[in-house]
Amino acid sequence: MRWLNQVVQITLINLRNVPQRMGTSLVVVIGIAGVVGVLVSVLAMAEGFRHTLASTGRPNRVIMLRAGSDAELSSGVPRDQATLLANLPAIARDAAGRPLASAELVVMVDLPRRGQTDPNNVPFRGVQPAALSIRDEVRIVDGRPFERAVREVIVGRKAAQQFAGLEVGSKIAFRDSDWNVVGVFTSGGDVHESEIWADAEVAQSAFRRQGFQSVTATLADGSDAGLAALETAIKRDPRFSISVLREPAYYAKQAGVLSKLISVLGYTVAAFMAVGATFGALNCMYSAIASRQVEIATLRAIGFGGAPVVVSVMIEALLLSLIGGAVGGTLAYVYCDGATLSTLNFNTFSQVAFDFRVTPGLLAQGFVWALLIGLAGGLLPAVRAARLPVTVALRTS
Amino acid sequence: MKYLPLLWAGLFRKKTRTLLTLASIVVAFLLFGLLQAVQMAFESGADAADAKRLLTTARYSIIEPLPIAYLKRIEQVPGVVGVAYADWFGAKYQNESNAFPVFAVDPERYLAMYPEFTIAPAHREAFAKTRTGAVAGVRLVERFGWKIGQPLPISSEIHAKQDGDLNWQFDLVGVMDAEDPAVRGNTDVVLINVAYFDEARQFGRGKTGWYIERIADSGQAKEISTAIDTLFMNSPDETKTQPEKEFAIGFAKQIGDIGALVTRILIAVFFTILILTGNTLAQSIRERIPELAILKTLGFSDGKVTALVVAEAVLMLVLGGAIGMAAATALLPVVNGGTGGRFPPLFVDTATWVWALGIALGVALAIGLPPALRARRLRIVDALAGHR
Repeated sequence: MRWLNQVVQITLINLRNVPQRMGTSLVVVIGIAGVVGVLVSVLAMAEGFRHTLASTGRPNRVIMLRAGSDAELSSGVPRDQATLLANLPAIARDAAGRPLASAELVVMVDLPRRGQTDPNNVPFRGVQPAALSIRDEVRIVDGRPFERAVREVIVGRKAAQQFAGLEVGSKIAFRDSDWNVVGVFTSGGDVHESEIWADAEVAQSAFRRQGFQSVTATLADGSDAGLAALETAIKRDPRFSISVLREPAYYAKQAGVLSKLISVLGYTVAAFMAVGATFGALNCMYSAIASRQVEIATLRAIGFGGAPVVVSVMIEALLLSLIGGAVGGTLAYVYCDGATLSTLNFNTFSQVAFDFRVTPGLLAQGFVWALLIGLAGGLLPAVRAARLPVTVALRTS
Repeated sequence: MKYLPLLWAGLFRKKTRTLLTLASIVVAFLLFGLLQAVQMAFESGADAADAKRLLTTARYSIIEPLPIAYLKRIEQVPGVVGVAYADWFGAKYQNESNAFPVFAVDPERYLAMYPEFTIAPAHREAFAKTRTGAVAGVRLVERFGWKIGQPLPISSEIHAKQDGDLNWQFDLVGVMDAEDPAVRGNTDVVLINVAYFDEARQFGRGKTGWYIERIADSGQAKEISTAIDTLFMNSPDETKTQPEKEFAIGFAKQIGDIGALVTRILIAVFFTILILTGNTLAQSIRERIPELAILKTLGFSDGKVTALVVAEAVLMLVLGGAIGMAAATALLPVVNGGTGGRFPPLFVDTATWVWALGIALGVALAIGLPPALRARRLRIVDALAGHR
């Protein structure tokens, strides 16, 4: 009890004279805020990217590609096979008895970013009528859906934000054709929001394609047995050379390389900055201790123990680092959360737009880093303060 | 120079403090060196570009193929002295998609177009003569432990053989390298012989992915590009021709603004360092005010004392910067080994060193000037009278 009392007393004295040492204390706070801010921002980017791909698709839906292809762009499904696939019994049907399957054509179109002129590979997806009822997360938020058999497109919300000329009512020119933008859609923040959609038949004639890239369908039975039934039906028919994947599995695969790259970059930068900031914090705590050497020695001379001195210095360091962590996390939240970035996904060779996501988990991680830096930066100076012989400390002034 | 011992003594007056400050400066510049290298890797295509090369792709999307028949017509465009072409194979190796790019090329035309790629004459000849031949960049050969003469089984995600099989087999007959480290990343490809590929594939015969033209005069790049595109205007396969550099910059921009992102991170890093170091230096000067006063008493002019303080900051930043940059230079070969060649080679170039020096001097001035000016204004009597 006495020991605890000593800790409380010394800590209070320390904290009360922090304002006199405002400069050095502020330096600790800013240093740690810098590290946490950068760490959280970079990881928020990785998290946003991962989230966009992870939230794409539903487990009861499958995407069918040519066997051997890992991405839609390199896949090809001939028209006749697409029709056969859609009519397999393992595929669900709507109330009117039509299969819930959409054979889709994916091509890349060149569009400049807003305010720039360089072209970007924006995915253009030709979809069959069932596409909108299969993907019930798709909502038209502006304008209307495209009409069949005319050159009309709807654009994903993020594509409309990132690329020039995608407002409702504007015309875009691809190949020797002009397309009218008639609507903007959202799909829960997933990858489709980076795409442009049109009627598959019109797209095929405009881009002079015969086949499709993929078939997306709802399973009649979403369980593993339902998936197995579909796989068996495909395997049994020698006309098919098709691989089936649940949508979430397919899109998770597309995140691979880029996701890893962003996280590695984020953690490397943060680790180096943390080391740098730890040196800074050490410096500041050392000088804080040095300027109070006589004071600390006096306390010890009148009977305060060494341990309470150590603990109180540590408490001060940790409090300062917590403030730094809070400042850094807040800055990252204010500046980054919700910011949209578009980049080239190497796996699909097409643009994907995503939002930075500053999640509570990331903020917590930021605080952990802040505390670790505070711990490392405070420990050595604290021990030094407690171990310096009282007589030596009192003599030097 | 004769003041160096004095500066040194001032700097290491408090060893722990200076070493800690130095360490955080070292870390900042280490990070600077590493991040600049990453940024350069993203933009290296533009630096390694040859001003006398043009690139022709399909006008509306670079993934659309172009007819091989365009070759003869492009060759006749005045100012064009050489034409090569390549097609995207869509490789899958050991079940990994796009483990490396594979281009189907005409061996002689393609290697002549890229003189910066070095290849032994025997390898070059073997590639031209072997229908199933392939040559690979040296980093790929090292990464996968390939041997010359071995069969190279590579699948395609796009092109099937006549029998519908996506699994192809080539024979590795040569290795490519490049002397310039900025170019070496461009050799991270496998080249296969188009004569064999085009005959054996099921679909897309008679088409190729893109054309590369060599022109005699880089000043005419615009005119020649327009001339090529005019040839095919209003045909089913219109083209877009641009200098290689422009293409590379455009492609780097697709990745988004990596440069801006890296710059923002570095600003945060150096701002933090500025605060940390500035505070330490100011404190160190404050403690030495009586000493500075003595210097002045001994006859040092105001200017000289100011210069001494600034010089101390410069010494610390330049020292820390140099160590940090040297560490980055030493570390990058290890990083390159670690990525297993999946990423272009990273290295610190001269421009980065120059930048680092500039930043070191800038930061030194920013943190050195305020205490230096205070030292200048110092009146001897006051400084000697007060404790501080």
